[in-house]
Amino acid sequence: MTLKIKNPGLATSIQDLGRIGYFHLGIPLGGAMDRYALRAANMLVGNDEGSACLEAVFMGPEIEFTETATVAVTGAQLPIKVDGEVQEAWTSFVVKAGQTLSFDFLQAGARIYIAVSGGITTPEALGSRSTYSIGALGGVEGRAIQAGDELPTGGSEGPGAGRTVPESLRRKPGTPARLRVLPGLYWHRLTDEAGAGFFEDEWKVAPEADRMGYRFKGGRPLEFVDREQPFGAGADPSNIVDGCYSYGSIQVPGGTEPIVLHRDAVSGGGYFTLGAIISADMDLIGQLQPHTPVKFEKVDMTQSLAARKDRKDMLEKIREELG
Amino acid sequence: MKTRYTFGGDEHVYVEMDDEMSLDAFFKSLSMSNAVRDANIEGVTEICPANASFQVRFDPDVISPDEIMAKVKELEHKAESAEKRLTTRIVEIPVFYKDPWTHETLMRFRERHQDPNGTDLDYAAKINGFADADAFIEAHHSQPWFVSMVGFVAGLPFLYQLVERDKQLQVPKYLSPRTDTPKQTIGYGGCFSCIYSVRGAGGYQMFGVTPMPIYDPEQKVSHLKDFMVFFKPGDIVKWKPIDRAEYDAVVAAVEDGTYEPRIAEVEFDLDEFNADMRGTNAKMLEALNDA
Repeated sequence: MTLKIKNPGLATSIQDLGRIGYFHLGIPLGGAMDRYALRAANMLVGNDEGSACLEAVFMGPEIEFTETATVAVTGAQLPIKVDGEVQEAWTSFVVKAGQTLSFDFLQAGARIYIAVSGGITTPEALGSRSTYSIGALGGVEGRAIQAGDELPTGGSEGPGAGRTVPESLRRKPGTPARLRVLPGLYWHRLTDEAGAGFFEDEWKVAPEADRMGYRFKGGRPLEFVDREQPFGAGADPSNIVDGCYSYGSIQVPGGTEPIVLHRDAVSGGGYFTLGAIISADMDLIGQLQPHTPVKFEKVDMTQSLAARKDRKDMLEKIREELG
Repeated sequence: MKTRYTFGGDEHVYVEMDDEMSLDAFFKSLSMSNAVRDANIEGVTEICPANASFQVRFDPDVISPDEIMAKVKELEHKAESAEKRLTTRIVEIPVFYKDPWTHETLMRFRERHQDPNGTDLDYAAKINGFADADAFIEAHHSQPWFVSMVGFVAGLPFLYQLVERDKQLQVPKYLSPRTDTPKQTIGYGGCFSCIYSVRGAGGYQMFGVTPMPIYDPEQKVSHLKDFMVFFKPGDIVKWKPIDRAEYDAVVAAVEDGTYEPRIAEVEFDLDEFNADMRGTNAKMLEALNDA
């Protein structure tokens, strides 16, 4: 069975849960920006939770099915249609052979995940089907999908229509979006005042927001503790001797606009990082549109782990719900 | 040198050997990250050595942050007592300095540069006290370099020159990063050289280009058939200046699948190097010439 791409949408790419074990070579984690939504979509169509799906941002693709399959779309609110007939989000439905899946305009959120029973079965690269465009790795020839592509799938008909994730388990960012931060890494480079201001101010998602990272603007510039810059670090007070970047770490080049590094981020570099967004909240960033107001909230490790457990429990509830 | 331990969110332990760059800090981070790898700790998913630091990614559902932090700290003694000795390889990388492609690119982004009226090489020569670009190029390729980190983008090596600190070349990054850098550009920022493995954004000064691919996701290039990334931390590099004719010859050899980089296996001993830098380098270069 193949999915015939009639219109690719905007930077729609094949993603799974990502690539493990190559970060030390500069090959990023990759995988869905909202891994919670990807897992839920796969569960709805009876796939393994880590099966490859399509991740579409802001705009959906148009896809013709060559065989009948169970499909589910999770994540952003982007009205779903099969041959023009509206379908429920976070709920499985059937697309018959010859029918076309398409989408209307975005209402909320940023990214949808389209799971098809059997999963997308393009070749794996370094243990994952995730597309890493900069390195031309994974997906379809290492790039976003294009009109005319024919994507192979595992070909099962799946469990059929009507399986649904209850509203309470559909995880979405609030307004303003609350992103929890564990201070650490090079936090000591900031003055106490700057550190406090970072959490007091309201920030907005900047237009530069993609799979590599999300930039934020609108808060006060951050002041650094005075020092003579160490050998090899570079002259700007926000520079360090190039090191690794943690997933979710927050760098602030020149002290002005924080950037949260996401799934396809550079693996290292020469900017100080003030800590990282906790793992439980990284999915939420994948659903933020430019201009969305954001508050960063300071947490400690105990709170980070509690949040991680909450997210895990929600996934477990979906598993129970869908049997 | 004082080791600093911190968490990067709830999934990373970050260890900084020193806040300034030195071979001692690099060696300690490499041997400590090797010790973490050898310890085979359950729940560890990535171990990434960097210039003077390293990072361990772990799954907090398998091992608690406090537990992994304690285990990593325990290994510091092991790294301190480890021999600062490495069996590695020295690789000759051909470089076409002052090539037309990086020249076209640096002219296109001139307004983002500290010196809009010169080239990146002229500027680097001037601020490092050299008479001209050729004298700077000579200093850049005459002594070998250590790959102290691989990353940023897929397979990109950061290199640190094996010379005394007062001989280190230092160049700032562009005032504002470029949106384009030719593939396989030889770059420079701070005290590090790099090779841009893919085309894309970049902030390092541009000095030249190598015809030798160092990243090939399709694994078609002869020397990248076994693995798509060429470099690993600990590799030693010698730049070899080449002209346009040699550049074209290497490109042709890469295309017809006959290119073989010149490589020799060498031992690198940090104490021996610190005692006699030029002598140690000369021995490694000799091994390379015999290869």
